[in-house]
Amino acid sequence: MAIWLTDDSKVIVQGMTGSEGRKHTQRMLASGTAVVGGVNPKKAGETVDFEGASLPVFGSVAEAVKETGADVSVVFVPPPGVKGAVHEAVDAGVPLVVIITEGVPVHDTANFYQYAANSGTTRLIGPNCPGLISPGKSNAGIIPADITQAGRIGLVSKSGTLTYQMMYELRDIGFSSCVGIGGDPVIGTTHIDALEAFEADPETDAIVMIGEIGGDAEERAAAYIKEHVTKPVVGYVAGFTAPEGKTMGHAGAIVSGSAGTAAAKQEALEAVGVRVGKTPSETARLMRELMTAS
Amino acid sequence: MDLFEYQARDLFEKHGVPVLGGAVAETPREARAAAERLLPQGGGRVVIKAQVKTGGRGKAGGVKLASSAEEAEEVAGQILGMDIKGHTVHRVMIAPAAAIEEEYYFSVLLDRANRTYLAMASREGGMEIEQLAVEKPQALARIAVDALEGIDEAKAREITEQGGFPAEVADQVQAAVQKLWEVFVGEDATLVEVNPLVTTADGRVVALDGKVTLDGNAAYRHPEHAALEDTAATDPLEAKAKAKGLNYVKLDGEVGIIGNGAGLVMSTLDVVAYAGEAHGGVRPANFLDIGGGASAEVMANGLEIILGDPSVRSVFVNVFGGITACDAVANGIVQAFGLLRERGDEISHPLVVRLDGNNAQEGRRILTEADLPLLEQVDTMDGAAERAAELAAASAAPPVAAK
Repeated sequence: MAIWLTDDSKVIVQGMTGSEGRKHTQRMLASGTAVVGGVNPKKAGETVDFEGASLPVFGSVAEAVKETGADVSVVFVPPPGVKGAVHEAVDAGVPLVVIITEGVPVHDTANFYQYAANSGTTRLIGPNCPGLISPGKSNAGIIPADITQAGRIGLVSKSGTLTYQMMYELRDIGFSSCVGIGGDPVIGTTHIDALEAFEADPETDAIVMIGEIGGDAEERAAAYIKEHVTKPVVGYVAGFTAPEGKTMGHAGAIVSGSAGTAAAKQEALEAVGVRVGKTPSETARLMRELMTAS
Repeated sequence: MDLFEYQARDLFEKHGVPVLGGAVAETPREARAAAERLLPQGGGRVVIKAQVKTGGRGKAGGVKLASSAEEAEEVAGQILGMDIKGHTVHRVMIAPAAAIEEEYYFSVLLDRANRTYLAMASREGGMEIEQLAVEKPQALARIAVDALEGIDEAKAREITEQGGFPAEVADQVQAAVQKLWEVFVGEDATLVEVNPLVTTADGRVVALDGKVTLDGNAAYRHPEHAALEDTAATDPLEAKAKAKGLNYVKLDGEVGIIGNGAGLVMSTLDVVAYAGEAHGGVRPANFLDIGGGASAEVMANGLEIILGDPSVRSVFVNVFGGITACDAVANGIVQAFGLLRERGDEISHPLVVRLDGNNAQEGRRILTEADLPLLEQVDTMDGAAERAAELAAASAAPPVAAK
């Protein structure tokens, strides 16, 4: 099962012919993902050779979907092209679009988020995210596949490297799916969406949720957990020492006045019974206790 | 990027939002010259306003009237250099005094939670929006704006109606709202706020004070925005880091931090601050994300910036090897030491390195064999933070900077 990404997922890559796209397509293939082609209107009809596969380049997402039955698109195109790329994927009816690109103007994201929402058929993940992986099954994005294994923990995180850190620390227990939702102010999939999917996934027993300063997504996730999540959740929040008014690497990671602080997020999560680790290692330890107690 | 009031005024004017004349001055003499020009428009009076990116400047004495060019010069002299909530006043804006009949409020902003835009409007303006929201919540209309539809004429009318604006100015407010939407979209802003939007004695609707925040991610389509940056207020180390393409934020502690990935670096700052509690309260000196690659050159540039901070007493390099495995990162660190030597920089403080993730064993072996001066390894993030804090505390006084 896992969430959103399974053994059966067929992945196309928008921007496969660029250097990042090519590098990560190779990595996705190496981790067993069924990558079935790429999209680049200027290189339609060509093929790109990878170790273990030779993939066709299509002129449009619609054509790629028609020819391959693809149901996932991973977007690597540079920021100015992302809005057009996502519109195209939505128009082609791709159910899952993962946007890796960092630096997308937020007006563009607000636009294509609304466009996808109106379609009622496409889930977006990102932008500015590492993508998602269902270990042993499929890997859509740039998460290193070889640092963990399949298991029964679900992970959702705003941060890439903290995702990897957690996957690695708990590699002996393993994960059903790990979703990096990205650190931009507007993102296609939220903590709440992932919590809902993990709650419904029979292959997930417990959930790790990693948040950071900025916005109120963690507070709203806490309210959601209280009402709808029965599986145990362990949390971590980064950015207690972040000064007010400074953007900390991620475009969305900023404390504005008294809003968006790590302390407020931790408090909201603890108030609904989520155990929040003080450091990533302590968070991993809390999850380990939980998974080995029964 | 937050703009100053005078910069917001200029953008408003560019997009046809009704504004008063205005000029910016950095010296009392410049203020005098501007006042001479603007006094006739203000019926013989001008307002001198401190340009600071914070609220409450009126209460702090940063806004004053003057009735002559001489007085404008004198008042500007009082306001320039003033400290308002930790912000030094380097510029004043001179504007013709307006005979204000009524004050309103309007803003349009990015609504992160709902992943769309939000317009807020009120007939009651002039006070801070936070105060307005608490004291007169019923007077503040909140209208969701669809990202695909934007604020067209019908939406602007809805905003004007819900904001409760008087009928005699409704058309003018509506027109201003549409123009302000053009500022919001055309300039890639995440916030456009007018407070107050006023009607003057002669019945005109004018944006008297504005606040604009621009989206840094959209800078590539607005090359002219680079000139709006307040370079005087930028920390010199932050400016230097930016020139080298590094994501660096200066903080006020003693432990220099380098890591890969924004979330991991934020987390590293926290872990160092906790560890510092037991070591005389040492704290992180900076945020520095060198990204996934961690190449030798990026590592060397990062170390150079951090060692250039005179308050740094130890450095914590915290890398998780994912796509770029730890052996590559370790080689990068070894080469970075070589690069720094070539540039004439000395590693002047103890360096604690934590490598974990892919090929961690190999990476650690490379560093051990390289036997670099002042470098030690700790295998866990918590343990390495503890050691870096301890080393910072042990160095009694801040040593002389590397350069």
